[in-house]
Amino acid sequence: MQIDSEQWDLIIEPKNKLFDLKLKEVWRYRDLLFLFVKRDIVSFYKQTILGPIWFFIQPIFTTLVYMFVFGNLAGLSTDGLPQPLFYLAGITSWNYFADCLNKTSTVFRDNSAIFGKVYFPRIVMPLSIVISNLLRFGVQMLLLLVVVGYYLLSGLSISWDFHLLLFPVFVLAMAMQGLGLGMIISSLTTKYRDLVFLLTFGVQLLMYATTVIYPLSSLSGKLYYLVALNPMTFIIEGIRKSLLGVGVFDIYTLTYTLITSIVLFFVGLVIFNKVEKSFVDTI
Amino acid sequence: MPIAIKVEEISKAYQLGEFSSGTLSRDLERWWALYRGREDPFLAVGETNDRSQKGKSDIVWSLKDLNFEIHQGDAVGIIGKNGAGKSTLLKVLSQVTAPTTGKIKVKGRIASLLEVGTGFHPELTGRENIFLNGAILGMRKNEIARKFDEIVDFSGVERYIDTPVKRYSSGMYVRLAFAVAAHLDSEILIVDEVLAVGDAEFQKKCLGKMGDVSKGQGRTVLFVSHNLASVKQLCTKGLVMRNGSLVFNGDSSNAINYYLKEEKNSIVRDLSCLKDRSGNGSVTFKEFYLENEDGDLINTILTGQTIFFCFKIETNVANSKIDLGFSIHSESDESLSVLYSSYQNILFNSFETGTRVVKCKISEFPFVEGAYSIGGRLLNNDIEADWPKDRIGEITVVKGDFYNTGNLGIKGKAQYLIKGEWLSH
Repeated sequence: MQIDSEQWDLIIEPKNKLFDLKLKEVWRYRDLLFLFVKRDIVSFYKQTILGPIWFFIQPIFTTLVYMFVFGNLAGLSTDGLPQPLFYLAGITSWNYFADCLNKTSTVFRDNSAIFGKVYFPRIVMPLSIVISNLLRFGVQMLLLLVVVGYYLLSGLSISWDFHLLLFPVFVLAMAMQGLGLGMIISSLTTKYRDLVFLLTFGVQLLMYATTVIYPLSSLSGKLYYLVALNPMTFIIEGIRKSLLGVGVFDIYTLTYTLITSIVLFFVGLVIFNKVEKSFVDTI
Repeated sequence: MPIAIKVEEISKAYQLGEFSSGTLSRDLERWWALYRGREDPFLAVGETNDRSQKGKSDIVWSLKDLNFEIHQGDAVGIIGKNGAGKSTLLKVLSQVTAPTTGKIKVKGRIASLLEVGTGFHPELTGRENIFLNGAILGMRKNEIARKFDEIVDFSGVERYIDTPVKRYSSGMYVRLAFAVAAHLDSEILIVDEVLAVGDAEFQKKCLGKMGDVSKGQGRTVLFVSHNLASVKQLCTKGLVMRNGSLVFNGDSSNAINYYLKEEKNSIVRDLSCLKDRSGNGSVTFKEFYLENEDGDLINTILTGQTIFFCFKIETNVANSKIDLGFSIHSESDESLSVLYSSYQNILFNSFETGTRVVKCKISEFPFVEGAYSIGGRLLNNDIEADWPKDRIGEITVVKGDFYNTGNLGIKGKAQYLIKGEWLSH
């Protein structure tokens, strides 16, 4: 390395370092991160009459429809849980993952106007998506809490134990998977738009390969392993286990979840870092 | 002065044409070449960025091997024709896109203003957008809060500050957006022609603010503009770019002169080919061209600049007394001004035949920006010698500092500028 007698605050080079997280820079732009989160939340219900209530309406109605279609018409098992609890926990979790994935995967395209005109650490944008969705997820969890409270009062007993402590771990894993996968797809779509079309129905189909509308315990044989391969499966199962006491969980599923989450996240980060420098030229 | 920005061997290649299914196979080919340690096969065939010529490859170099340094506190104007690479350079400097090769070293925080109102969200109020936009431009929240009143005051939209910006008029929107940008507190400010917004009054305010930033506060400013007058007024240094390369680096006024000299299409007009002309032919026009004070050929001039109208004439008869006249016409062919040398009691005596050059110096060219054409007529011993019916030359005039005050006057209101001496009793 050449010795430079002067101190430079910034060196602009053709390529980023592979694992350069730019944490320092992200920290410097933390106010921007916060403001993006606020913008996402506030602009969501601006000029609506019901305002933040919309956060609840979507999961409530989806749960009702699922109860009718999958619970009553198809008669799928709900692992011994009351249908509203089973579906609501699955739907809010899945929605969090799907929203993170969908919004992150179009982050370059949606923000090309801003990205093309001003620099800030690009990772701030997907991070803000993950965080603002996390807030929405938190609010929707309150709804689940209310429903749980209702069932407790009407005599249902849920056995909470140390699994409850793992709930934040599962949420984090879910965020990392949504973010990681989203960043991979968003990076590839800057050049190849095909993936956008694949994603829109892919996410819908993926839900049926995840244990949102049926429990993993109701499957057997090859199908069991096929669904278990889906990294989101054990997260949804784990969230049900920690909050409602029912679900497939052991140290192996936890390890699988953690490894897939970390791998997806870092692969996403590396690709994102590579693309962010000059995607403006190709988008 | 210490160096604020050091640009080393910066190049930037762009791919022309559409990205299609061809891209995937090409990308694979490139990866394969790079994997084997070969040179990138698609960059190797790159050529300079010349729009007017059809190139062989679909890779062009928007920037090619740029090297320069900018010192702290300099206000640098970057000028060049469309497509010279000015905006690409700003994009690379503001990290919007990465260079293909090379390195830029920067001391201090960079804020770039390639557009006003980046990231404004229509649903949010003016207040919310000030914070959001400020943060996007790199300001901290408490910094914005501290300057909030100043920003609102500068923008003049105080009454609407809690209204969503989607209900703003476009003028209000721009004012608010510029107000945020104008209060950026970075050591280095990069600005791309954003001053071409708002009404004349607001433009003046913006220019004033820019002047404060570069002159008063000792910050480094990089400024791209086609408006040479504002470059001259705001900047101390100038960079001239052509086809992605840096062709001049120096004082802003020298840079402007260099640029004007560059703008040549047909600088010397050969007049022998004009067929439709009247007169006895004892003296004829041969060539017409313009020179600046340094004797450089120019085609584009600034309002207020001193220029020479140069006429090469041929005397075919000995003992001629030549009276040379020329006229300046507007784009709509309106005659704006006529001057014969005889008006000023000047006649050029030629005892022998031959060619000579007659120059007429015009100090402080008074016409505002636009395209003008020149007509010419020669008299010899009071008899018409040569009068081409077609125009003998064209001038492009761009905005200039006529009054030498930086005030450009009111745009579009006047054709012809005069200067007065002001007295009061």
